[in-house]
Amino acid sequence: MRFLPLPPARPLDLPFLVLDWSLFIAQLFLGLAMACAAYRLIFGPRAQDRVLGLDTFYVNAMLLLLTYGIRIASAVYFEVALIIGMLGFVGTVALSKFIMRGEVIE
Amino acid sequence: MIDIDLTFKDLPAWAAYVTALFVFLGSSLALIGSIGLLRLKSFYERVHAPTLGATLGTGFILVASMLCFSVLRGRLSVHEILIAVFLTTTTPVAMMLLVRAALYRDRVENNREVPESNKYKGVVSGQQNRPD
Repeated sequence: MRFLPLPPARPLDLPFLVLDWSLFIAQLFLGLAMACAAYRLIFGPRAQDRVLGLDTFYVNAMLLLLTYGIRIASAVYFEVALIIGMLGFVGTVALSKFIMRGEVIE
Repeated sequence: MIDIDLTFKDLPAWAAYVTALFVFLGSSLALIGSIGLLRLKSFYERVHAPTLGATLGTGFILVASMLCFSVLRGRLSVHEILIAVFLTTTTPVAMMLLVRAALYRDRVENNREVPESNKYKGVVSGQQNRPD
């Protein structure tokens, strides 16, 4: 997808390496955080624990997409993150309503 | 709009270091919050932990993204504020609804783990301790 000529090659310098490794470690951490939330989502003792796990799961997925957007310097992943945030909020509210009343739409 | 020729290799050194620091701090906070969600004992303790990642962790990563894209494009790029505003308004609302629903269920089932309600005790003891 790259139509413009590549910029002249630069030797790998320290700031680039630090940023690259920091983004990699951040993606690793966020993946681990998603794994913790997925454990709560699957093995949560009660329904409210599962809803809480789902909430944490989508927030971490949003952060992971933002980090990936920084990594490949593209603004598309920002919009994906925005949509995940909005739909996740609606999902948490609907599930809380379901826990409270046993119905989502009355 | 896809910025075809942007890569974060073109960042100046200070911006690269600050972005790296903020991304690392934000993801560490998100991980700490999720570990709290995994390790804490009761539901009412577990509710507190993930909001660490939802507020401060998201804030750090959004500031890093704003800085990185502003420096790369050479103009102010602050559309990440949208996510920040949206998340800071919706997370407390969702958590309040969830905890109210869980508290309602626990009270209906007479669960022993529910924190006691001090709403009426305080009023009554206040009346008893009144000097007149």
